[in-house]
Parts: sequence; C-alpha cells; structure tokens
Amino acid sequence: MENHNEPHIVPFKTYGIILAVLVVLTLISVAVTQIDLASLTVFTAILLATIKSGLVLVYFMHLKFDNKLLKALVSAVFILIALVMFVTFLDYNYR
Amino acid sequence: MSNHISETTTHVSFREEKGRYKGIFAWIFSTDHKRIGLLYLYAIVTFFLVGVSLGAAMKLELIAPGKTIMNPEAYNAIFTLHGVIMIFLVVVPGLPAVFGNFFLPIMIGAKDVAFPKLNLLSWWVYMVGAVIALSALFMGGGPPDTGWTFYAPYSFKTNTNMLPAVIGAFVLGFSSILTGINFIVTIHRLRAPGMTWFRLPLFPWTLYGTAWIQILATPIVGITLLMIVGERLFHIGFFDPALGGDPILYQHLFWIYSHPAVYIMILPAMGAISEIIPTFANKSIFGYKAIVISTLAIAFVGYFVWGHHMFTSGMSGTALYTFSFLTFLVAIPSAIKVFNWVGTLHKASIQLEPPFFWAASFLFVFMIGGLSGLALGALATNVHLHDTAFVVAHFHFIVFGGVGFAFMGAIHYWFPKIWGRMYNTKVATRGWIMFFIGFTTLYLPMFFLGIDGMPRRYYDYVDRFHGPNIISTIGSWVMIAGLIIILVNLIRGAKKGPKATKNPWGGKTLEWEVDSPPTLENFEEIPVIKRSPYDYR
Repeated sequence: MENHNEPHIVPFKTYGIILAVLVVLTLISVAVTQIDLASLTVFTAILLATIKSGLVLVYFMHLKFDNKLLKALVSAVFILIALVMFVTFLDYNYR
Repeated sequence: MSNHISETTTHVSFREEKGRYKGIFAWIFSTDHKRIGLLYLYAIVTFFLVGVSLGAAMKLELIAPGKTIMNPEAYNAIFTLHGVIMIFLVVVPGLPAVFGNFFLPIMIGAKDVAFPKLNLLSWWVYMVGAVIALSALFMGGGPPDTGWTFYAPYSFKTNTNMLPAVIGAFVLGFSSILTGINFIVTIHRLRAPGMTWFRLPLFPWTLYGTAWIQILATPIVGITLLMIVGERLFHIGFFDPALGGDPILYQHLFWIYSHPAVYIMILPAMGAISEIIPTFANKSIFGYKAIVISTLAIAFVGYFVWGHHMFTSGMSGTALYTFSFLTFLVAIPSAIKVFNWVGTLHKASIQLEPPFFWAASFLFVFMIGGLSGLALGALATNVHLHDTAFVVAHFHFIVFGGVGFAFMGAIHYWFPKIWGRMYNTKVATRGWIMFFIGFTTLYLPMFFLGIDGMPRRYYDYVDRFHGPNIISTIGSWVMIAGLIIILVNLIRGAKKGPKATKNPWGGKTLEWEVDSPPTLENFEEIPVIKRSPYDYR
C-alpha cells in the first residue's frame, strides 16, 4: 500500500484547456446527430461520452496522480462496460 | 458439546459497551460494524419470514386445480411480492450485509470498516427502501402484479401500485452500492500488516468480488427502474413499441443487473461454505488460489450471461449463440469451486456438526441447481423449459438452496462468536434434517412439472399436474416445520444457551482468535499475520 498523499498543484491553465475540450466535444456530439451514421450513431455518442468522462476522471478527479492499482481498476471498469455494450449490440446489430 | 462451552468470560463485549445512546437508539445509531450486521440480520429475517408466508400461501393455492384459497389477482400480487421481498430485501443484501458487516473487519484484522458512518447510512437507506417498496401493499390500486422482474410493457400499463415498488427497489440499490464501496475500500486499506492478498480468507475474497458487482451493476438497474417511472409518468417511449421504444431493451437492461445480482447472492454464500468446510474437515482448503481465481472469474464472466434469461424474447441468433456459450463458460469456475470443496473433504477427519451439515447439503442442492441451469442455458432445451415450473425449481435450488443453505450454515457456524453462547446442536441437526427433506420435497417435483409443461406464475393447472403439486405443497409444510425448529433453537440459544468458548469449532481464521462476542474494537492490538488463513496441516 503506497502512500500517494504528496501535494500536487495543477496549473489553472490545464483545467481551462480541459474545460474547453469538454465543451468542444459536447458540441461535436450534438453536431454528429445531424449526420446519418446508421448503426454507428450510438457507438459515436458513447465514444465521445467516454472520452469526456475519461478527461474528467484523469484531470478533475486527479486519477492522473493516483497509484497504478487505482488506474488499473478504473480502466478495468471502462473495459467491462465497453464489453457489456458490445455484447448488447450483438443482439441489436444482427436482428 | 462440552468442548464448545466456556466457564466464564471477563471481557466487555460490543453488546455491553456503553455508548452515546441507550436502548434501541444504541443500535439504530451505532456505527459499530457488528451492531449494523445484526440490525441487517433482524430486518432480513423478518422480511424472510414474510416472504416464506407468501410462498406458503402460493403453494397452498396450488394444492388443487382451480380456486383454493385466493383469486387469480391475489395470486399474481402474492408471487410478485414474494419475489420482490425475497430478492431485493433478503437475498441481495443477505450474507454480505449480515456476515460481511460482522466478520469482514475481524477476518482481515481491522477494528471496523473503512467508513463506519456510511455503513450505518447503508442500513438506513435499506430500511427506507424497504418501507417504500412495502408501502405498495397498502395504497389504493393494490399491490403490483408484474412479477419481481417488472417486465415492460406491462409494468408501465398495469393499474396496480408499480411506482412504490420500483422506487423502493431503486432506493435499495443505493444501500447495496454504499456497502460495496465500503467493503472494497476496507479490503484494500485496512488489512492487518502481513495479510497479503493471498493470505486473505476466502469469505472476504468473495465479498470483494461481490462488492465490485454491487458497484458496477446496481446503477444499471437503478437507471432502468427510473426509466419505468419516466415511462409511466411522462410516456417517454423507451420501451413502448407504440412510441418507437423496444420492450426487449428493458429485458437487456434489467438482466444486465439482475444476472450479476445472482452472483451478488451466491458468491458470499460460496465464501461462507469455503470457511465452514476447512474448519469441519480440520484440513487446509484444497486449491486456495484456484478458488480465489474462480471467484473473480465468476464475478467477471457473470456480467456477460444475462441474455440467457431472454432466449425466447426475439433476440438475434448471434446474441443467442454468444449468451449460450458464455453461460456454459461460467459453469466452469463454479465447478472448480465444487471440486475444491470436495477435494478438501477427501480423507479428512470431519466433525459432524450442524454447520457442516448445512455446508454438505449446500453442495448437494447447489449441484442440482447448477446442472439444471445448464439445461436452461442450452438454446434448444430452453425453448421447451422457458417460463415453466422447471425454471422456478432451478432458481430455488440455486438461490434458496445455495444462498439459503449457506446462510443457515453461516449462522450456525458463527453463532457462538456473535452471541457468545451455544445453541443445542442436537435440535439444530433435527431442524436441518426436516428442512432438507421439506426443501427437496417442495422443489424437486417442480422439475418434473416443468418438463411436463406446467407454466410458472399460473394460478390454475390441468388435472395431470395435480399429484406432483400435492407433494410439493406437503414439502412446503415440512420445510416450514424445520424452519420453526431451527429458529426457536437459535433464539433460545442466543438468550439462554451455555457460554461458548473463543473457538468452539477449531477454526483458524482471525475471528476465532478474538473474544466471543468480540469487544467493541475487536482487537486490543492489530495482529501481524504470518501464515495462511487455513493453516491446519
């Protein structure tokens, strides 16, 4: 059990950049609804949402500064949810 | 029994400890993990008895074709309530909430869970959820009649009290999530020095796997239940085909949670069995690492088998084959555990005591439940057996036979530690015999009824199903008689039983090194762990 309590100060600028990226990604996710992507529509929406939540986790929730175990656990959750969705779409895409 | 009984005790147990509050408030506002575990126990046993009464009423109705004691509407409401109470209020919290709370910190050498106040909040949320769910009984419109699965589209069309039941289940989910978070952090952060991951006893390992499922799967059913609320109140159209929705989506979302929930129920049960068997075999557990890995494998693969509840719902062929394959796959780690338990018993000098009888009968009923599950997991046989009494029999062999028997085994095993007293082991054995005979008489005929074509959830049946239904109903009476013997014996033991020794069964895990009942903080000094948890021979 490692101690990861050392202080880490994130420059305000970094938060500003991440905020801007989140806003841009939100605009993109609204914009892509205007394009007919057929069966990829849901996939695109989920991909963009995943990137956004990843950024929030890594920067705003300081996962970047956490130990490897925590990073691995959070990554495993993402992989699990992706697999659950993949299996769900084995029904919807082949009906 | 004399070697189980102690002469005197001098320590101040967690029950006698004077806190800020007195009387009932000393319990319902206590942040002590042991008191919270017992609060769950009393609540769960109460709800279990209500669920048993409803189940007995259903069996009595089915003793003869046509109306016996209730009308079809009452029957629909009763099987729904039986399911909601037993699943959401009894077996999902079940072993983790009661024995997990009481024993997890002690077994890992900690003084409490990582977040004691959050732990108390979990119990309060559980009770609030239970009250909301049960309020459906007493409001105008009548109790829900959808079955515990709340399947769309009926669940947003029925005029019965769906909202309290659904919102109650939603709130109960939060309790489950909070307990899961608490257990994961406790296991990561509060293990005693020297307790490496592979020195962790198997019950905490299963609680760890379970906690991950609680955290990751429960939000999905929470959102799904809210979607039903949205559908009923605002007619959004998630599941209603008339509004462009898909009723099968509901089934996907519901089972994405509710199948892993079966593993929330069964994994801690397997953990309790993994504690009981080496103690009574007086032998190290066979294949410790294989059991740990199979626990994690069950927790992981268990996420991907939900579709086997939906083989006849109209899914794509690709999904059908995938889910069937994965269902067969998850049977492998379960079988590994069974082989390991049997391997532990091989050439062991077994103490024949009540906890062991429950563990041994668990193996028997779990095998029947598991193998009948494969018949349901195969695509061709599933079409014939789907929604028949066979499914009810399979489910009860796994959930009641598996989780219920393990719960009974656990309470008989840890009883002297929890109450510091001993029950009458002869009466406990008689209770077990009666319960076991009643259980098998109640549920085995349902396999044959299902194969013969009797549908589940039907209030009436044709004459040729009469014989097995009579046997099944008689089985329910025998089982309830056994249950009464067991409960009276345990209550009497808790109040008036002789004082128990610290380690009446000869267990090796840490809870057998602390006082019976434990002190408020369990350990005067945090122990340093230098050996495996099952260091027998």
